Amino acid sequence: MSTLGILLTLLALTAFSYFIGRKRSLAVATRSKRGGNNLHSLPGYYGYLVAVWCGIPALVILLLWSGLSDSIITQMTLAHLPAELQNQSGDQVSLISNQIRNLVANGIETANDPAMKVAAEEYSRLQTISSMAKTVMVLVVAIAGFAVGMRFIKPSTRARNQVERVIQYTMILCAAIAILTTVGIVMSVLFESVRFFGEVPATDFLFGTHWSPQTAIRADQVGGSGSFGAIPLFVGTLLISAIALLIAVPLGLMSAIYLSEYASPFMRAYIKPALEILAGIPTVVYGFFAALTVAPFIRDMGAAIGLNVASESALAAGVVMGVMIIPFMSSLSDDVINAVPQAMRDGSYGMGATKSETIKQVVLPAALPGIVGAFLLAASRAIGETMIVVMAAGLSANLTVNPLEAVTTVTVQIVTLLTGDQEFDSAKTLAAFALGLALFVVTLILNILALHIVRKYREQYE
Amino acid sequence: MSTTITEKVRAGLSKRYAREKRFRAYGLISISLSLMFLVLLMFNIFSKGLPAFTSTYIKLDVTLDAQTLGVTPASTPEQLRVANYSGVIQAGVQNLVPGVEDRKQKKALKSLVSGDAQYDLQRMVVADPKLIGSNQTVWVLADDDIDMFQKGYVDRNAPEADRRIKDFQLVWLDKLEAENRIERKFNTTFFTRGDSREPEQAGILSALMGSVYTMSLTLLFAFPLGVMAAIYLEEFAPKNNFFVDFIEVNINNLAAVPSIIFGLLGLAIFIQVFGMPRSSPLIGSFVLTLMILPTIIIASRAALKSVPPSIREAALGVGASKTQSVFHHVVPLAMPGILTGTIIGMAHAVGESAPLLMIGMVAFIVDVPHGITDPATILPVQIYLWADSPERAFTERTSAAIIILLAFMITMNLLAIVLRKQFERRW
Repeated sequence: MSTLGILLTLLALTAFSYFIGRKRSLAVATRSKRGGNNLHSLPGYYGYLVAVWCGIPALVILLLWSGLSDSIITQMTLAHLPAELQNQSGDQVSLISNQIRNLVANGIETANDPAMKVAAEEYSRLQTISSMAKTVMVLVVAIAGFAVGMRFIKPSTRARNQVERVIQYTMILCAAIAILTTVGIVMSVLFESVRFFGEVPATDFLFGTHWSPQTAIRADQVGGSGSFGAIPLFVGTLLISAIALLIAVPLGLMSAIYLSEYASPFMRAYIKPALEILAGIPTVVYGFFAALTVAPFIRDMGAAIGLNVASESALAAGVVMGVMIIPFMSSLSDDVINAVPQAMRDGSYGMGATKSETIKQVVLPAALPGIVGAFLLAASRAIGETMIVVMAAGLSANLTVNPLEAVTTVTVQIVTLLTGDQEFDSAKTLAAFALGLALFVVTLILNILALHIVRKYREQYE
Repeated sequence: MSTTITEKVRAGLSKRYAREKRFRAYGLISISLSLMFLVLLMFNIFSKGLPAFTSTYIKLDVTLDAQTLGVTPASTPEQLRVANYSGVIQAGVQNLVPGVEDRKQKKALKSLVSGDAQYDLQRMVVADPKLIGSNQTVWVLADDDIDMFQKGYVDRNAPEADRRIKDFQLVWLDKLEAENRIERKFNTTFFTRGDSREPEQAGILSALMGSVYTMSLTLLFAFPLGVMAAIYLEEFAPKNNFFVDFIEVNINNLAAVPSIIFGLLGLAIFIQVFGMPRSSPLIGSFVLTLMILPTIIIASRAALKSVPPSIREAALGVGASKTQSVFHHVVPLAMPGILTGTIIGMAHAVGESAPLLMIGMVAFIVDVPHGITDPATILPVQIYLWADSPERAFTERTSAAIIILLAFMITMNLLAIVLRKQFERRW
């Protein structure tokens, strides 16, 4: 049976056991004269208890088996291979196991090598056994769980408390996924980065000024030597982010000021959602717009006044990214400006200040920490933005701060290094994870700093 | 003394009012600039994309000649399927413009119609073998270059070398136009096909189905996980507990982690460690689930928080357990807010593409995926792939795909707004 089939059967069994458990609890109860019964919990809770016993252990086994069976079967198949195929490097072994899997998928008859054919047959035999064993195992555990659950149905069983405890643990597990995700991110970028820094010294990566990740695949190949100095990428990322922030911060901040201090409620009700549409547009759309409309426009403008502008200029990507961040900046600043107490404004008006003087000299200084927090979050967004730069910025790593030239960014390089089929162990692929680590660390610091500033500031006025 | 101060203030007043006006104008200018950009973007996409919903067809008179086809009405369906339809099309095209001898021109004549035309004939004949031997008039898809010309993207007056449509082709097209043999019709191909190297045959169906699979799974995983986590953190979690605080710090940080990092996580953990199938909607939905969980959790917590304590206390007062009071009373009241948050998270996921590039959902997918482990791509990634293609016709299709994607996002956001307006309750 397929995994989906087993899952559906299990679901049906669980539902069935709920009804049986519920019925059973009513049968074992003694009715009192006043129409009640002597059960500790409502009958439904006994049903849930049996359903939990039936469903959860079987589900755990199903998930574990589906997750692990493939690698175990591969190991077992590889163990049966002839000795000369076994004693090879890790890459070769993973290549062989992929070949075996392809053979099984495409029909074993297509095999040329008799040893591979035997292995493929072995693999598919083990697969059949595993699939059958999984079905039997899951169903047996489900039925055994059902039987165990049924034994608990007594008037004295505290079924509600037990079911509620299961619910509670499930909720804790769900909440803990946030931790698991962070751990997963840290582990995935850290481990691969450590391997990368084993091949390329960290100082070369952090302070080198030449980036050309093409490594020779064969020893005799003429090609890139593979130098991994990430400074041009960092500079490129900062350049594009700076252009974006130069657009987004003034426009976003002024929009927020106007909307919260000047605009009529009617205007606010329509302009605010309209600005938020900008935030809802997928970044791939911005990228398309930047690459096909804004970049040629800027290039033609440059040509008209005699400037030589690259067709993938940092300016085009930066401007479009800036527009993307405007609503982000404006809604964050809007929140902090609204949090400034009205009494401070009234005090300023009472002294005879005009509205703009009040804003500039009272409201903004009071809101400054929040605005700085918003700025940091916007910066983190700009640094981590991917699609716009992948589509509109260049690929070649130029070390320049001229916005009219093409630069590349950290995210662009991660995408270029990891799309397409590459072996997982080359320095080129691992470099992407090192870049990912740098990106993660920088954005994490910005986020923590921003959240800290915003929280501290909020406490001040609450 | 006082008069001098009043005078001083009065003297500066006009300057200060001017400054006030200027400041106000800056605000208005910022808003109009942002909105202008939005209008520009929309106008640009729509003006480029709308023509893609029609495509050019050419009327051909073909003879389904048994000899050319190499089959008879009695042939088996397998034989019918591999018959020489391309020969029939070629003969039909040559009838359009008789007397073309030059080899190059003959080739150009053949490529007036899309390579797809023969499959239209194939479908016709396989469905009704009696057609063999008859004369038929069929509308077939034109090549993308012809399509672009019909839509006015090719300048007739440009030097011939700069055009993809040469002078002799212009003569043919004018002739066809005069004979009413060329027409623009609704582009069904765009909605019923997968990707293709030929722009006129490329459609979004496979990407759309990939999106549907990925999004359904994402909703299936993210909604229960997010809501359960939010309920725990808001209703059950002990205050001032290290573990709980740590979870909260993590959620707040994950909400701001760049999406591409989630792609790296998917690649290193799900694909390399667990060996899950690359490029599949299953793994795409895992990555997107992790990405939108913080959004859902934060929104759901806000919704739960807005339910007043009196509801909980009333439930507890009539003898409900803590769990019962939460699940029977608080959660249903918070549901509109929770759903709004979920829809906003899903709208974010629908448009996301960067993490999916990392896990290989960037493949060239012609067939519509049939399951959650088949290789698939999704709409935003399809847009990214087409945007890279040099053909003019792909630019048009990219914009059309963007229109579809935006339609989805706007629908979802409207749904969220309606939900909020309809069910929002002020306590």
